[in-house]
Amino acid sequence: MDYEVVIGLEVHAQLLTESKIFCSCSTAFGAAPNSNTCPICLGMPGVLPVMNKRVVEFTIKMALATQCRINPVNQFARKNYFYPDLPKGYQISQYALPLAEAGYVDIDINGDTRRIGITRIHMEEDAGKLMHDEHSPSSYVDLNRAGVPLMEIVSEPDMRSAEEAAAYLRSLHEILVYLEICDGNMEEGSFRCDANISLRPKGQEEFGTRAELKNMNSFRNVQHALEYEISRQQYVLESGGTVIQETRLWDDAQGVTHSMRGKEEAHDYRYFPDPDLVPIVISEEWIDGIEKTIPELPREKRERFVRDYDIPPYDAGVLTATRALADYFEATLQHSAAPKSASNWIMGDILGHLKEDRLDITSSPVQPKDLGALIALIEDGTISGKIAKEVFEEMWKTGQSPEKIVEAQGLRQISDSGALEAIVDEVLAANPDQVAQYRGGKDKLFGYFVGQTMKATQGKANPQLINGILKRKLAP
Amino acid sequence: MTLHQLTIHELQNMLRDGEVSSREITEACFERIDAVEDGLNAYITLTRESALRQAEHADGLIRAGKTGILTGIPLALKDVMCTDGVKTTCGSRVLEHFVPPYDATVVKKLRDDGAVFLGKTNMDEFAMGSSTETSCFGVTRNPWDPERIPGGSSGGSAVAVAADECIAALGSDTGGSIRQPAALCGVVGLKPTYGRVSRFGLVAFASSLDQIGPFAKDVEDCAIMMNALAGYDPGDSTSVPVDVPDYREFLSRDIEGWTIGIPREYFIEGIDPEISAAIDGVIGAIEEMGGKCREVSIPHTKYCVAVYYIVAPSEASSNLARYDGVRYGFRADDGTDLLEMYKMSRSRGFGAEVKRRIMIGTYALSSGYYDAYYRKASQVRALMKQDFEDAFATCDVIVAPVTPMPAFKIGEKMDDPLQMYLTDIFTLSANLAGIPGISVPCGFTKGDLPIGVQFLAPHFGEGKLLQVADAYERHTNTERRRPAL
Amino acid sequence: MKITKREVEYVAHLARLTIGEDETEKFTSQLNDILVYMDILNNVDTAGVEPTTHAIDLTNAFREDRVKESLGAEATLVNAPDAFGDCFRVPRVIE
Repeated sequence: MDYEVVIGLEVHAQLLTESKIFCSCSTAFGAAPNSNTCPICLGMPGVLPVMNKRVVEFTIKMALATQCRINPVNQFARKNYFYPDLPKGYQISQYALPLAEAGYVDIDINGDTRRIGITRIHMEEDAGKLMHDEHSPSSYVDLNRAGVPLMEIVSEPDMRSAEEAAAYLRSLHEILVYLEICDGNMEEGSFRCDANISLRPKGQEEFGTRAELKNMNSFRNVQHALEYEISRQQYVLESGGTVIQETRLWDDAQGVTHSMRGKEEAHDYRYFPDPDLVPIVISEEWIDGIEKTIPELPREKRERFVRDYDIPPYDAGVLTATRALADYFEATLQHSAAPKSASNWIMGDILGHLKEDRLDITSSPVQPKDLGALIALIEDGTISGKIAKEVFEEMWKTGQSPEKIVEAQGLRQISDSGALEAIVDEVLAANPDQVAQYRGGKDKLFGYFVGQTMKATQGKANPQLINGILKRKLAP
Repeated sequence: MTLHQLTIHELQNMLRDGEVSSREITEACFERIDAVEDGLNAYITLTRESALRQAEHADGLIRAGKTGILTGIPLALKDVMCTDGVKTTCGSRVLEHFVPPYDATVVKKLRDDGAVFLGKTNMDEFAMGSSTETSCFGVTRNPWDPERIPGGSSGGSAVAVAADECIAALGSDTGGSIRQPAALCGVVGLKPTYGRVSRFGLVAFASSLDQIGPFAKDVEDCAIMMNALAGYDPGDSTSVPVDVPDYREFLSRDIEGWTIGIPREYFIEGIDPEISAAIDGVIGAIEEMGGKCREVSIPHTKYCVAVYYIVAPSEASSNLARYDGVRYGFRADDGTDLLEMYKMSRSRGFGAEVKRRIMIGTYALSSGYYDAYYRKASQVRALMKQDFEDAFATCDVIVAPVTPMPAFKIGEKMDDPLQMYLTDIFTLSANLAGIPGISVPCGFTKGDLPIGVQFLAPHFGEGKLLQVADAYERHTNTERRRPAL
Repeated sequence: MKITKREVEYVAHLARLTIGEDETEKFTSQLNDILVYMDILNNVDTAGVEPTTHAIDLTNAFREDRVKESLGAEATLVNAPDAFGDCFRVPRVIE
């Protein structure tokens, strides 16, 4: 039996606002427990929520970037359940009237483009943190995180493989980071993902029974968990069993998912519109204003780089990993019209050095204009590619411009044919035996003469010219 | 000097003229409290020391010429609004020892204005009740007959005013909890338009219905109180940014040419004949004053109890979920796990009526029942709102009874919750529609029990309410009677 | 019967309440009376009527994204029934 995989993903993104969604406490990560709390996010008696406008703006931004339909009116709802990290005994979320619906994201899989639908995007508040002590019968509650704004993005069950799911996740991630509304840190929990996965016989329209997967805290985890679950469900179905609708937790250490069955119960959340919060009306003007602030998104940028700069898609992919890097690349091109060369330098030397020194592109000691200048010096023959590498090292260490370094160290490439002819003559005169051998048929010795010439010029000889001169002079 | 018997406006004149100090008034109130409180149980907490400090501070402000609206006036606050550093219990074991580290917005406003807080008054637990019999701090007694209830849920505040244990008081009204006890205790009580007064710091019962409002000895005092309470609060998203008029400007005016609506659905079988007669008397007085009475219709009146007792408990079941013993409030510590802790804390902490309403609300919102109950009730609520809009298109204010019966005996209705709910029939609609309502004394039964009459106005029509109530008060010109205590 | 004893127990569980054995009978009966009374709403034609959640028509109540001082751990925990360090302590949650 051939099975088709059906995957839907639910992403929760913590938004980069200064203050929480319904109160003015700071959202800063890593504060001492219960230090970023107030009566409102603590759910004390009599308190009331007031909506942070920026959360709406960020959500509209994401909705626009994913081609969603923005509902002109949206409303908060209460999701009622009891848990120690949920101060009010309900989470303020959106249910019947979310901010946005019916969007999509395009992903590239094995050279093909697939469109993954987004069912809805809505706003809600995060819960606090619950910590457990293995050695005591207690758990501990820190409510700093309670009330931090979250954007929930629910996809259509459009993904058909773990790979597609990972690609979709990366797509969402890079859009959120590009829009500067989320820092996308899965390890720190500012970008979370749950998955719904089921199998159905190929050609069947009806969906199979799905399992919900949780506890995947990296892109790798998501892919591995899905791959495991696919094989698990396949095994169950092929042995004649039925897949149970349940929540399963990914166990990264063992590489398996465990059933939570028996530990959870079906929740009746008793959603109803939150009477403490009035509806949000989003006008066309508001949307237009926000639309103007949306930067070029990663996909468009990649396509443009390939098209306008004639660089391979792989290069475009690396260069657009962050907006800052893409901007660096384009800034470099302001000073040198050699995109492929710029791409190579950035992908290789710049990124390599940044990694070694644990720096971000924004803290690069080499500025785009200097990199551009360096590339221009190579292009116009002032220095050779090999010398350029030395100059680059010096630039990285001292932050000086390439022109300065070349001048100071006298690294100009020797391109004066006359001077080069003279030097070649000297080299040939000093090596009569090798000349004879070469002329006798030992072609490999050509490299030796190049090396000797380079040595005589401290590496500054223009390699192309040298090649031409040597060929001429060595001809029998 | 019977300072505690005076009104805000009388005392303000005396304070201004230096005839009396806030400290003297405050001490007089405490003396009165000491004399009668044991037999009434209007207060849960008395704040003697801080009240005297506030009085001294107020006297300083007055001397410096910085008198505000209620500077130096001793007030009682229903124990449902948060007072920074002072126990706020809501009449419940759940919050018996809870001390909020913040003031309700309205409390802060009054504090900054230089008012004096005598203490926190008794109430039905979490404001759920019409008789102030469900408080864990005991029953509050009606000063007109201590065997009878004072009404609820703001019984303590109503009694404190009626018995001169304060000059004026604050209560809250979700389904009649200011207007009904005001009527049963013979004082003035006003429920503002929803959104007129900030709800921040008012412990929530039903969020879309709750409002804080004043109890006062006469209509003029009520107007002064409204000046101090009303206003937009950015900390309350349901607070309406509408300017606050000077409510005293609506006093001393006549109602010549006004049309007063009489809802045909309110004058039904089952109203106590003495109350009917009293309301007829009010209608007569209105006509004498030049007002025209005409019949109006609020067709969905007969559904208001059902709508209210679905909407309010639903919101309450959610609002009271925070009382889980985790961060504050009562926690049972003999549970073996989290689930037991939750259940035992909440079951021991909440009284029977609160539990009943939480259960109704949880049921009405639960899967499978949401559409039949909560959604349906919300739709009928929309129709009720429309009923009032239509009625007010043909009249200035509406006149109605407040309760179908005068104060009943303590314990009389405790076994039949549904019967208790039905007594709210005249007050619930105003909360559902969000319109303001005032209750004013209009007579007594032969057994010397107070009777109140209610006026209702369109949204933000508090001025109209005060105008007609004040005109009626001046017209009848009856000497204010006091309960024999 | 509108609501059975079993349903009462389920609803109580949802609300994290325990109703004692003897109380359950009384509660069930009282809730029944109340719910039967609610049937009166079936007489109202609400076709096409938008439910009202808010008594007043307000929209877009916002605040700016600015940080204000928090309560601080001490005031946060001052009413805590059980605290340990700067955290609220509860019976162990099994996950």
